[in-house]
Amino acid sequence: MFKLLWVLWVLCLLLNMSFAHAKVIHKERSLYHNILVTDDGDLRCLKFNVKSAHTQQSCFLKSQPNKLVFNYTKLLMSGLLLNPEPKRILIIGLGGGTMSNTLMQLYPQSHIDNVEIDQAVIKVARDYFGFVENNQIKTYQQDGRIFIKRALLKKQSYDWIILDAFNGDYIPEHLMTQEFLQEAKALLSEKGILSSNTFSLSKLYAYESATYKAVFGNFFQVSSIANSNRIIMVSKNGFTHHNFDSINLNALNNKLAPYDVDIKLLHRRMINTKNKQSWSEHTRLLTDQYSPANLLNAN
Amino acid sequence: MKDITNTQTYPDVLIYLLAFTSGFSIMGIELLGGRILAPFFGSSVHIWGSIIAVFMLSLSLGYLLGGKLSTRSPSLTIYGLIFLFAAITLLPIILFSQSIMEAVFINIEDSRYGSLVASMVLFFIPTVILGMLSPYSVRLLVKNSNESGQVAGKLYFVSTLGSALGTIMTSFYFILWFEINPIIYNYIGVLACLGLLAIFIDKTQKTDKAELSHV
Repeated sequence: MFKLLWVLWVLCLLLNMSFAHAKVIHKERSLYHNILVTDDGDLRCLKFNVKSAHTQQSCFLKSQPNKLVFNYTKLLMSGLLLNPEPKRILIIGLGGGTMSNTLMQLYPQSHIDNVEIDQAVIKVARDYFGFVENNQIKTYQQDGRIFIKRALLKKQSYDWIILDAFNGDYIPEHLMTQEFLQEAKALLSEKGILSSNTFSLSKLYAYESATYKAVFGNFFQVSSIANSNRIIMVSKNGFTHHNFDSINLNALNNKLAPYDVDIKLLHRRMINTKNKQSWSEHTRLLTDQYSPANLLNAN
Repeated sequence: MKDITNTQTYPDVLIYLLAFTSGFSIMGIELLGGRILAPFFGSSVHIWGSIIAVFMLSLSLGYLLGGKLSTRSPSLTIYGLIFLFAAITLLPIILFSQSIMEAVFINIEDSRYGSLVASMVLFFIPTVILGMLSPYSVRLLVKNSNESGQVAGKLYFVSTLGSALGTIMTSFYFILWFEINPIIYNYIGVLACLGLLAIFIDKTQKTDKAELSHV
């Protein structure tokens, strides 16, 4: 009897913790997501699903809005090692707008286009995450693939494309195929690079890696130790040995320090698939004809 | 009670098998439609709005046309020909979908109307023809007006069961094992073979009958 009471007490405590910790300040069911905005003391987060393991989409500290809280947003900054002065930036997948805001501060002269399919996410980013838009920073409510196709028709190009459209629950399969990557590649400027925030677990890892390699050749990747994120970095013209030499690591480190990004650490952790390929040579490619990304991710 | 003149000699099970297969392929193709359109029009809910609307519209017209056609000397040969036509009109989905979708993409900015027009061009005609099969099957199966409701019920049971299976198999397994075009080629092949089989059976039985009457 005593034991049972004790168990009940612990259960209640656990339940309380999970509820009391983060206060939900906004809740919205959109066409694509269950959107939750939570406040946990100083920390404000955007979540796309309550129960999933990869719930937190975007977070910031209200007292220090510049600091990048999330591992993967920090990881994405490693793209600056390969292209330190991006003038035209395309971000696919807005989240809370953290990437856009950070890059705006780092490169006030740059032009940033944000593409987000969910109007509700755009609104939440504006209302709760201080997402800044102006003459140089635009937001388009559109499917990423359609935006890229239209941008190609308009003969545009970007120095840095950041693909951040995979939130872990449902993968837009048409954004993982060889044909899509070819379109994205065609949209890159001569020195342009593409960073993709994506997966490192599940069967999909090999398929995705093989597809990126087929389109771009060898690439860099950096993964987090703690969670399952990995960033793939590819460039329009492949990577030469000189890519890193031209970069003043110390200057970049000082520039990124206020955002809590340790670029030297990222630099050490970056792996070139030329030296270490962690998937089979015979892996099938993902194409518009064959893209069961969600089925592969579930297995 | 008036008997409907029906001098059939083929087994009912053949008609049910064909109706099952057409139900299977309709939904299999509808499901692949979403994947075919995605590279040009995205994978949002309006894609499914367009596809489902086009399929429902074409099926409804197909039912009307098929019913009308079944009043003029119905035969297994015509039934088989409908299958053949359906198979042939599915071919453009494989052969021309890229250029068709490209043209639509360039001319229509709004991806809602773009996807609606593209799915209309790609799926309207084959789905109308596949839709004709349901009322036509009923006509071939019904022997007297008393059982017509029961026959229709049984036929819709079989073909809709085929649709359910086509949906599950395509979305759970086929897309994991095969590319889109080979799956559609298979649907085309199966529909065409069954059409030819129906025509062949009708021909052999007619010659049989002719020989019998000669004796």
